[in-house]
Amino acid sequence: MTGDTKAIKDHAALADAFNADEPRVNWHDETLWFIRQKRDKAAHTIPDWEQLRETASRIKHNVLSNLHDYLLQFESNAKANGIIVHWAADAAEHNQIVHAILQKHKVDRIVKSKSMLTEECHLNDYLAENGIEVIDTDLGERIVQLAKEPPSHIVLPCIHKKKEEIGDLFHEHLGTPAGMADPQVLTEAARQHLRETFLTRRAALTGVNFAIAETGEFVICTNEGNADMGAHLADVHIACMGIEKLIPKREHLGVFLRLLARSATGQPITTYSSHFKKPREGHELHLVLVDNGRSTQLGRENFRNSLKCIRCGACMNTCPVYRRSGGHSYHTAVAGPIGSILAPNLDMKKNADLPFASTLCGSCSNVCPVKIDIHDQLYKWRQVIVKEGYADKKKRLGMKAMTQAFASPTTFQLAGKAGRWFMRNVPFVVNNNLNPWYKQREMPAPPKESFGEWYQKNRKKTDE
Amino acid sequence: MTVSLFIPCYVDQFYPNAAIATLELLEKLGVKVVYPSRQTCCGQPMANSGFEHLTMESNNQFIENFREFDYIVAPSGSCVLHMKDHLHSGKYPNESESVRQKVYELTEFLTDVLKVNSLKARFPHKVGLHQSCHGQRGLKLASMSELVAPAFSKPEQLLSMVEGLELIELTRKDECCGFGGTFCVAEEAVSVKMGKDRVMDHLQHDAEVITGSDMSCLMHMEGILRRKKSNVRVMHIAEILNAQEL
Repeated sequence: MTGDTKAIKDHAALADAFNADEPRVNWHDETLWFIRQKRDKAAHTIPDWEQLRETASRIKHNVLSNLHDYLLQFESNAKANGIIVHWAADAAEHNQIVHAILQKHKVDRIVKSKSMLTEECHLNDYLAENGIEVIDTDLGERIVQLAKEPPSHIVLPCIHKKKEEIGDLFHEHLGTPAGMADPQVLTEAARQHLRETFLTRRAALTGVNFAIAETGEFVICTNEGNADMGAHLADVHIACMGIEKLIPKREHLGVFLRLLARSATGQPITTYSSHFKKPREGHELHLVLVDNGRSTQLGRENFRNSLKCIRCGACMNTCPVYRRSGGHSYHTAVAGPIGSILAPNLDMKKNADLPFASTLCGSCSNVCPVKIDIHDQLYKWRQVIVKEGYADKKKRLGMKAMTQAFASPTTFQLAGKAGRWFMRNVPFVVNNNLNPWYKQREMPAPPKESFGEWYQKNRKKTDE
Repeated sequence: MTVSLFIPCYVDQFYPNAAIATLELLEKLGVKVVYPSRQTCCGQPMANSGFEHLTMESNNQFIENFREFDYIVAPSGSCVLHMKDHLHSGKYPNESESVRQKVYELTEFLTDVLKVNSLKARFPHKVGLHQSCHGQRGLKLASMSELVAPAFSKPEQLLSMVEGLELIELTRKDECCGFGGTFCVAEEAVSVKMGKDRVMDHLQHDAEVITGSDMSCLMHMEGILRRKKSNVRVMHIAEILNAQEL
């Protein structure tokens, strides 16, 4: 807890601002829906898709049930391979470990490939405060870094930016011609700029997609090969992973690699699935295992299987709310449905709004390649948040009043005559501009009699 | 067989025609129907807002109202799903279990219990079917576009028995409309945008009527249609299955 008291805008307020530009919302929605459709097409090419999901889910279930043992097995095998293993209890310790390694090597500029964990730990800010420059090498991450924004999506960090806006950024920072928005030209400019960076940095930081307990190796999936470029050109490679990224055996990659890219972008597999097992001669390979709330989540029976997540982003692409509110409305490193069940574990007060940013439509759970019951967990987080006292007072009072009115059938029927009670008490049907229902929707017209009244007149006598 | 009607509170108050159609349709199919008059609300609005602990009283009431019947049928997938998933009672532990098992959404009751394979209904209009999420994904009333599984749809199966009815195709056949209970006011901007987009899909495919098995979604879309001054109507699926238009 930071203890700050200033009001932070919640998801609803941020999404309201995002919706001020409707054509842009349409564009954002359609862009992500296109990816959802690509995912559907890819999934349908595998007749056993549902069985594959079930298998992945069960492997992860086994991992979570035996995490302690797998972690020790992984550590000992990784050490035997020559990897230097570090343990970080939280974000602060993770950042300190990374900083200490860089200090030891007197490195003050590094390249970093994609890692949502380092976003979660706010590593870039921490290193910047300590005089270390970080260049993100994933194209999307580089774009949001130039824009001084966090990623809005875990797989597609700059999906909220139009190519013209990227052209402007590149014009300002990389010297591309003004008004140039051709993706090929912009990508080439980024490539030249990053190539120079890769060649001159002595340390590279990467994330980890899968760590294999049996062999002590880890796998990084990218489309751009930027993790490989960084790791192979630098003297020191630091890989950071959450402790839930383990899988028991190398053969299990056959399940997860098939699911990951298909779920994420609809590709059969990422361009690069790179295995890292030991450092090259004269080089150092560090691996930081980070908890940062994961063991707490593991102890929450209703929420533990959120740790099965392989960070494919499919739940975001399919989420009708995410598509129409944008990733930044979630004000957390991991946005969308999965972020909304992970974030309350890290800071329940700050993220109390997120489990409510959903209609509980259930599409997220259906696309999840490891079958996390995301929408059920959203419902369960709502119960926890209210019980822990993080619901706002107005809502608490409203709910109590509503409950009392419903508790008495007589009150309900008398008060309910032709909708009058509803008009006053159900939040969405007050006919004035202060009411959020009425702002852009007409209220239902109350009929002259309720069904109950109709039934008394037309059927009741024949019943008795 | 005696079927008890479970009529959601807002249907009772705002959409009595949906409830009347449900009753008449079941009667036409030879079922004895009873409406227990002491029903109020299933507690879903509270529970979905995080206040499930306040629904103990409404749960007990629900059990007292419905425990004696063979079947409990409601013209709402959402309320039925809520009962199936969350009806618990310290007072009536065994009865809550049996009540949960005999609650049915109307269309699944027609296809799975009554095994209806023909209907005397005529509705010569272009109709768009809105798949409400809780019915579709929760109660599995229809196959879901996310899953690699055989296609089926209980509501479509019934609509195909209606003479003259032309079911339109949608671009996004099972996207949420954005109603979402209190979400519709708590997240007004996104809720309305979702509703506008859903409505637009139906309008672009020339729907004259939008139907579905949940009146709450339809109420939300109706609100948007009427604000747009559109002539397109919303009707509960029971009203169409019970229709005898010339």
